[in-house]
Amino acid sequence: MVYDVVVIGAGVTGALIARELSRYDLKVALLEKNNDAATETSKANSAIVHAGYDAKEGTLKARLNVHGAKMMGSLCEDLSVPYRNIGSLVLAFNEEEMETLHTLLERGQKNGVPKLEIISQERLHEMEPNVSKRARGALWAPTASIVCPYELTIAAVENAVVNGVEFFRNCEVERIVSQKDSFSIGTPQGTFSASYIVNAAGVHADEVAEMIGDRSFRITPRRGEYLVMDKNMGSLVSHVIFQCPTKMGKGVLVSPTVDGNLLAGPNAVDVEDKYDTSTTVKGLQDVQEYVRYSIPTMKMNDVITSFAGLRAHGDQGDFIIGPSEYNSRFIHVAGIESPGLTASPATAEFVVEILKKQGLALQERPEFTPVRKGPVRFHQLTRTQQRELIAKDPAYGHIVCRCETVTEGEIRDAIRAPAGARDVDGVKRRTRAGMGRCQGGFCGAKVVEILSRELGVPENEITKFGGKSNVVYEKTK
Amino acid sequence: MLQYDLAVIGGGPAGMAAALRARECGVAHIVILERAERLGGILEQCIHTGFGLHYFKEELSGPEYAQRFIDQVEQSDIEVMTDTMVIHLSTNNVVTAVSKSAGLVEINATAVILAMGCRERPRGALNIAGTRPAGVMTAGTAQRYVNIDGYLPGHEVVILGSGDIGLIMARRMTLEGAHVKMVCELQPYSSGLTRNIVQCLEDFDIPLRLSCTVVKVHGQERLTGVTVAQVDQNRRPIPGTEEFVACDTLLLSVGLIPENELSRNVGIKMDPVTRGPVVDESRETSQEGVFACGNVLQVHDLVDYVTKESQTAGEGAARYILNQKDYNTAYVRTKGINGVRYVVPQKVNLNAGRDVKLYFRVGDVYRDATIRVTCDGQALYTRKKGKLTPGEMENVTIRSDVLGGLREKSEILIQIEG
Repeated sequence: MVYDVVVIGAGVTGALIARELSRYDLKVALLEKNNDAATETSKANSAIVHAGYDAKEGTLKARLNVHGAKMMGSLCEDLSVPYRNIGSLVLAFNEEEMETLHTLLERGQKNGVPKLEIISQERLHEMEPNVSKRARGALWAPTASIVCPYELTIAAVENAVVNGVEFFRNCEVERIVSQKDSFSIGTPQGTFSASYIVNAAGVHADEVAEMIGDRSFRITPRRGEYLVMDKNMGSLVSHVIFQCPTKMGKGVLVSPTVDGNLLAGPNAVDVEDKYDTSTTVKGLQDVQEYVRYSIPTMKMNDVITSFAGLRAHGDQGDFIIGPSEYNSRFIHVAGIESPGLTASPATAEFVVEILKKQGLALQERPEFTPVRKGPVRFHQLTRTQQRELIAKDPAYGHIVCRCETVTEGEIRDAIRAPAGARDVDGVKRRTRAGMGRCQGGFCGAKVVEILSRELGVPENEITKFGGKSNVVYEKTK
Repeated sequence: MLQYDLAVIGGGPAGMAAALRARECGVAHIVILERAERLGGILEQCIHTGFGLHYFKEELSGPEYAQRFIDQVEQSDIEVMTDTMVIHLSTNNVVTAVSKSAGLVEINATAVILAMGCRERPRGALNIAGTRPAGVMTAGTAQRYVNIDGYLPGHEVVILGSGDIGLIMARRMTLEGAHVKMVCELQPYSSGLTRNIVQCLEDFDIPLRLSCTVVKVHGQERLTGVTVAQVDQNRRPIPGTEEFVACDTLLLSVGLIPENELSRNVGIKMDPVTRGPVVDESRETSQEGVFACGNVLQVHDLVDYVTKESQTAGEGAARYILNQKDYNTAYVRTKGINGVRYVVPQKVNLNAGRDVKLYFRVGDVYRDATIRVTCDGQALYTRKKGKLTPGEMENVTIRSDVLGGLREKSEILIQIEG
């Protein structure tokens, strides 16, 4: 298996880099160690397209944030990914925080963020009646948006695959041998040979760099815990509501999601273990406390689930993007913490430019198609469209997930799609089956049955998310 | 658009009993809309016995209990649409449903009976800390895997919550060869039926740990264990009592929630305690011609009571459809106080001319207590009970002559003394 470029890691950054590379006449492989794309940081984050006032001017974070935010809307349109431009508010509760707002405003203006303004208490409460009356003012950033980060990742992989990229799951990179003009990459699925490597391995990027002897940076997993509220709380706020940033991050936010739920979080705790996405009693309590500070009327009875994600916090104070000093055909895309999601479209372009500078020949493919036709979303269709669809294909007449109104046809499509779902969580992220208030209580068994049928394996081989996460064991007597 | 006198949403025990009674009362065109492939609802996976002791005076399994009603429905001219999911109810009682065979259908119904049942509370609602591995599921999901799909969900099992499904699954998993290590219950008492504690736990030497909960879930891929801890009077974990219990499966039986998406979306008034619609003695909701019964109205302990309640709703719908409804209405409200969590129905028409049964649940365990029902300070009913528990539904009957003497807009209070 000989490739021009091997991209390691199918998170949002790796996926968009692979897609960007698929514009050109290149042989590209995207290697993912898990059973699906978007299974780590890209599935568990704040889902925000930041306006770009947080990062210090002149940094990669600032530049790629502002540029990425500008690109995100049309990218999501091309890839049929849910995206809503709702704007964000940073709340200030005292004089010191009001000053912070001015600092953020100035920084944002230097970074080139359009339409930023500091708004009065009165206007804030007009815009957000449920925000604490103690909030004295806010920074209003109308360009901030919300997006579904795992759908973006999955859509990017799908579009990349349609454009010729080869996607390998369960393909953890175990060793890399640098040869004269190429690399030899050892994985459980065999050895890949590549002229160039893009290291987009998220929290594991330092380990991957070490495989070529590069110890120039370290990644610390910085855990953030979140609460997801029922859709009946989705309209409690209509913009992304931040508190003032702290040393550890952008502060806790409360935000509607593109699906109509409400998301609250994250806290920020540095952890040792790069697999430690466990939630903690204290963390979830802290998030609740922070949230009540912004929105005193928030009721915690409506929490439908909680989760934790790991930010890939680098030790260089900025994104680490560029050729390795050990081998210039090995490109780091590391330390991609916030605003990594926002930056991802710009990061992808930037990385391809770097590859070009390092000698990768870029010959445009005229047949490249940037558009991904989105999946059927039954519950979003009109009654007439629904009627026509079921008449054409009765599988859309069978509703499997009651809470989110997801049909058997949609689940089948998600499995059959390019780089499609292979496990229960993969179906969930592509269709929302199991994401509603019953959290898969009713449809879980049915999804397992459909996966079993579509993939041609017995139900007890179906996993929640690959590996040994089997849902059920042996047949009963 | 299809026209029916009565559309019944849900073909479980509630929907079937309501439809059959409405038919007996003379309603001509009835359709039952059922999302599964066949009638029976959740009883289809409840293969244990204990059903029908009150209603049929026999001990039946869930499928047997359901079959008696399925047979009656099949012998009647009630129409049944299976594999059909209702996705919308309008304010003028138009029901929209989808199915593989019929596509998208709209039904204009004179009356609608809501009989959608309930769902289990998931892990997320409990906010248990830890990882999110495979092997954590509700007891009802596990029941489906074992009894319908024929797969064992795990080998070493901890059950959180001593609701009836949890207790039943403790026995079921044991019989299938799994090792149920313990059942943890947050409360100082079980919320399940006494007979289930005896027959499902004690007979199999499965420990029931009261005032105990799961505080953490362990394991990256499949569950490897849980941390359990004792809780104090405020149900907070007591530091120092944590204990790791190795297991590959955690079953949750931590409460049932009526499935009221359709009711809520159309704006039907809800009771925040039962999480079901507010109804009168005919089980009519705040939307004219829409009735509710079974677990969508209130979570029942026994299916026998579901059947009876659904017959009441069926009669009410029939009176409405056949224009026999008494429009000379004067309502009293009902309310639970001093240990009574809720009362169904929430309001009663004084001119109903029938005895009215009030159903309720208590919020704690009481021994040698008195159920007292009053209105305007006047005693309507008193009964001594040896034991009252939150797991068992209670009822009192208010006779029609007593009702007739009450003042409109007053309040019938049910309380526990002693």
